[in-house]
Amino acid sequence: MTIPMTLQDKANLTQERVLVLEAGRAERHYWRDLWTYRELFAILAWRDLAVRYKQTVIGVAWAVIRPTLTMLIFTVLFSRLAKLPSDGHAPYPVMVFAGMLPWFLFSTILSEASDSLVSNSNLIGKVYFPRLIVPSATIVVALVDFAITFVLLLVMMAWYGFLPDWRIAFLPFFVLLAILASLGPALYITALNVKYRDFRYVIPFILQFGLYVSPVGFSSAVVPQKWQMLYSLNPAVGVIEGFRWCLLRGQSQLYLPGFCLSLGVAGAFMGLGIWYFRKTERTFADLL
Amino acid sequence: MRTYYEMTDNVVIRVQGLSKKYVIGHQAERERYTTLRDVIAHKMKSLARPAADFVRKGATVAGGESEEFWALKNVMFEVKRGEVVGIIGRNGAGKSTLLKILSRITEPSGGRVEIKGRVASLLEVGTGFHPELTGRENIYLNGAILGMTRAEIRRKFDEIVEFAEVERFLDTPVKRYSSGMYVRLAFAVAAHVDPEILIVDEVLAVGDAEFQKKCLGKMKEAAAGQGRTVLFVSHNMSAVSTLCHRGIVLHRGRLHFDGLVEDALARYLGLRERCSARASAVDLTKPSILHVEVDEGEACNGNLKIEVEFASPWPLEPLLIGAVVYNRLGAPVFGLNTWQNGCEVPPRVRHGKATLHLRDISIHSGVYSVSVFLGEKDTNHDILENAAFFDFVSPEPLPLGLNPDTVGAMRADGRWQFEIIG
Repeated sequence: MTIPMTLQDKANLTQERVLVLEAGRAERHYWRDLWTYRELFAILAWRDLAVRYKQTVIGVAWAVIRPTLTMLIFTVLFSRLAKLPSDGHAPYPVMVFAGMLPWFLFSTILSEASDSLVSNSNLIGKVYFPRLIVPSATIVVALVDFAITFVLLLVMMAWYGFLPDWRIAFLPFFVLLAILASLGPALYITALNVKYRDFRYVIPFILQFGLYVSPVGFSSAVVPQKWQMLYSLNPAVGVIEGFRWCLLRGQSQLYLPGFCLSLGVAGAFMGLGIWYFRKTERTFADLL
Repeated sequence: MRTYYEMTDNVVIRVQGLSKKYVIGHQAERERYTTLRDVIAHKMKSLARPAADFVRKGATVAGGESEEFWALKNVMFEVKRGEVVGIIGRNGAGKSTLLKILSRITEPSGGRVEIKGRVASLLEVGTGFHPELTGRENIYLNGAILGMTRAEIRRKFDEIVEFAEVERFLDTPVKRYSSGMYVRLAFAVAAHVDPEILIVDEVLAVGDAEFQKKCLGKMKEAAAGQGRTVLFVSHNMSAVSTLCHRGIVLHRGRLHFDGLVEDALARYLGLRERCSARASAVDLTKPSILHVEVDEGEACNGNLKIEVEFASPWPLEPLLIGAVVYNRLGAPVFGLNTWQNGCEVPPRVRHGKATLHLRDISIHSGVYSVSVFLGEKDTNHDILENAAFFDFVSPEPLPLGLNPDTVGAMRADGRWQFEIIG
């Protein structure tokens, strides 16, 4: 016994924006909603930051100690023991640090965003907002950590008397690339994580594996030429090479075909991540 | 015709044929999510089973894995601007599912909802509160989560703080708040959200009585003064009857009644099921109430006989069973437990039946409900709220025109004496 809607009814309803909820209805206003909820994005990012840096000393110390120790270990391991070459004249520790910078950005986003939906399950079950906000908000925390590490790198470069040149102007582009390359897989994993709770155990494994597979502790130039293309399938390779290119005064070569491949892979992951996230988003509240 | 248009113009929520289906997996009855490990193991098993059945020459059993459950089925109603509607129904009737669909948290499986205007839903008090953050910070966080803009929160900040009575602790992390302060602050933020449509679920169930009254007042004011549309779910029948003028009764996922709130309450209580087996499967990892039954015949004669069957995985030492009787509006009338009146509780029981007899209870005729508690020593293991409803008939009926709602449930014996002065 549905009441048939007359044209007049329809006209009345459309005077104000009418929200229609139906099964399987793709939300037409999704991207606009995302924009409407930008304040929520800001406040969630701010919350994560506030909680992380509530104990300022520990928060900052963590962002300083982790990369410093990793840099020391890698320098000893790969330069002193394995006697691997650096990129051109760049000091080895600086080269390692320049590669670690994007790697930590990449890994922080991947691990934080992957866990974000489950750790915010209380919100998802109780209020509506475009769920994409939750994993995206973790980028901000990762960027603040990144900024601290970046300052550390600049200090180190000044110490070695090896300061970056004009190429540093391209850095924002590569930062964006690092975000895209990590957010794509993160969206996919966080959505999977809602359904299959044991999926989160895969993340530390990916990250540990990735740290050695990606050219973090060594230069990608040590990889034989014929494997370069295959190596570039790892999106982190393109990001790290890009960072070294713009921070190390061009001492590190950017292998363009490989870089484009990395870019393509990152883009594909992003597309896949958003697609899967949007597809499963509607069921999140029922599963969490 | 004209009035029809005017009426539809005022409709802000239109729900048509709304249904929501959940698939309950028997594998994971308690947990909604699964693990990849389980899925893989399960797939392997189901691959192997047809083969096994074939070998055993049995029919392949299909569909035994999961069961469909309709939380809502073909629900239809309209709400006009400025209406305050109470949604009532027993646990599992579909109230929360309905609110979740209207707040866009979950999507319907069938049917259609049209909503006109900004919606804010309070399905919980203090959603997103972070214990490490201060009261001030949580006001901004919670406000944003409930859909307020920063400018709006800033404008109402002082009002919120005053309402919550937490001025002195604004810069203290809320993890150091007492639970009362925490709830007050959360309420205060929620009470200051003003959308065109407000959806409220059972949030008045927490907090102290005085504060509850304050919140109820605030909601009333919002509804009456500012013409806001409110959908209100509560088990507190007196709150529903004071706040709402229209009531919708849901029963087992279907719309059972829609009309004046007094009639809705009567219909809701008319839905009583004398005996109540548990709606959900009994979890036998802890002591549980299996079955509650009120003897209708006894209740018609001014007596009460309540039977409670219970089971426990371990012997209960000492067993504690309590029953509380509520009036039509959900206010407790009286309660008894097995530690009172020199009751002798058998030692170490695992499974048993307890029957409570009450003779000539001094309450007026009317519909009452009973909640049953099962515990051990000083812990409560299981509560079955509104386990059964019953019609009580007192041997001394009230004079015409009086009812328990106006004079109270208790039947008092008294004698008037007169002294003529002039």
